[in-house]
Amino acid sequence: MTEAPADGAVIEAGDSTFRELVLEASGPVLVDFSAGWCAPCRLVEPVVAELAVAYRGRVRVVRVDVDAHPATAAAYGVTSIPTLSVFASGELVRTVVGARPKPELVAVVDDVLAAR
Amino acid sequence: MSESTTLPSHRTIIIVGSGPAGYTAAIYAARAGLAPLVVAGSVTAGGALMNTTEVENFPGFPDGVQGPELMESMQKQAERFGAEVIWDDVTSLSLADPVKTVVTGGGATYTADAVILATGSAYRELGIDDEKRLSGRGVSWCATCDGFFFRDQEILVVGGGDSAVEEATFLTRFASKVTIVHRRDQLRASKIMADRAQNDPKIAFAWNSEIVAIHGDQKVTGVTLRDTLSGVERDVPATGVFVAIGHVPRTELLVGQVDLDPEGYILVEGRSTRTNIPGVVACGDAVDHTYRQAITAAGSGCAAALDAQHYLAELSDAAEVAGRAASPEVAAAR
Repeated sequence: MTEAPADGAVIEAGDSTFRELVLEASGPVLVDFSAGWCAPCRLVEPVVAELAVAYRGRVRVVRVDVDAHPATAAAYGVTSIPTLSVFASGELVRTVVGARPKPELVAVVDDVLAAR
Repeated sequence: MSESTTLPSHRTIIIVGSGPAGYTAAIYAARAGLAPLVVAGSVTAGGALMNTTEVENFPGFPDGVQGPELMESMQKQAERFGAEVIWDDVTSLSLADPVKTVVTGGGATYTADAVILATGSAYRELGIDDEKRLSGRGVSWCATCDGFFFRDQEILVVGGGDSAVEEATFLTRFASKVTIVHRRDQLRASKIMADRAQNDPKIAFAWNSEIVAIHGDQKVTGVTLRDTLSGVERDVPATGVFVAIGHVPRTELLVGQVDLDPEGYILVEGRSTRTNIPGVVACGDAVDHTYRQAITAAGSGCAAALDAQHYLAELSDAAEVAGRAASPEVAAAR
């Protein structure tokens, strides 16, 4: 069991580390499925970084490069990027498809936190 | 998100939107010394061209240019002359008074003497129930983002314009077969694009066809097409459905603020960019029913900046006249 980092960094996760970093995390995890060649992913990247800071210590924020780690993306049926998913206790609980404004993502993360 | 108590920050011009129209307006307004503020959008900055690959018809780029690269260049050009770009979304506007107010999702409030609306357009949806349910599960609006997931699969592109054909051509890099589903019996796309698609062995066509249902529980497995002439329906297997049936103006925030036409496009006066509200001009896809090209959007952005400049000049002339009338001794001293 690992905690959300205290420094508010976005952690890279991949096919071999997804279980440990996301599924076995003690708190909720926001996962940004993205790739370098996707322009909307680059637009959402700074928003995700802000969320990592805003929720530091409470929500771990993880990025999965679908190009390098297609198995993880396929396991969760990701066919559009960016896809932002929230996992809690090893389960996928919320998914937002596409580059959405920060307030919308904040609402989703707050929802998950409130449900705990 | 807690700065709502701070005083509004005043600008001469605020530009809402950052596609070719918004950035061209910013370049012109900045070069006029007006230091415009561009509210670019937190995740929509750069506009529609951010989702395209190669743009081959923008003058000045004989070898083509990548959409995102072109937008980054326009942004830099605007900033070079003093435009300020913020990555935030406008959440409300108040345009009727001489001093306009713009509030952002980040919690900032700005006021301005003139506002340039360049809010662009959003993807038009098919309008069937399955579309939302399977969005991100095989239904996509961005070929450049999502083509990767459909390697060696059979997919569909819906639409018959340049965007649809460009997407279909791009998607052949990944898919084993791309079928263009179009309501008519010929493409609306430019001849060069249509020829390219028609000569591509990986591209097939479903003419006179529209999608009435998308199948699949967790993932798209196929669609039902209806023949637009005979009404006959048939099922077609597919793992991906890329929707490229055009755009709708992004003007929800402007309802009740400026005059819109029944389809939601901003109404402007004649060949100008002036809306019905003094000091508010509009340009780009949010205005344009007809042409909807990067270059026409850029052209109208230029016109909007010039119209706004003209309005500001008249405003300052009027203020000067009013100032002189209010203090006759100043006028007499001249």
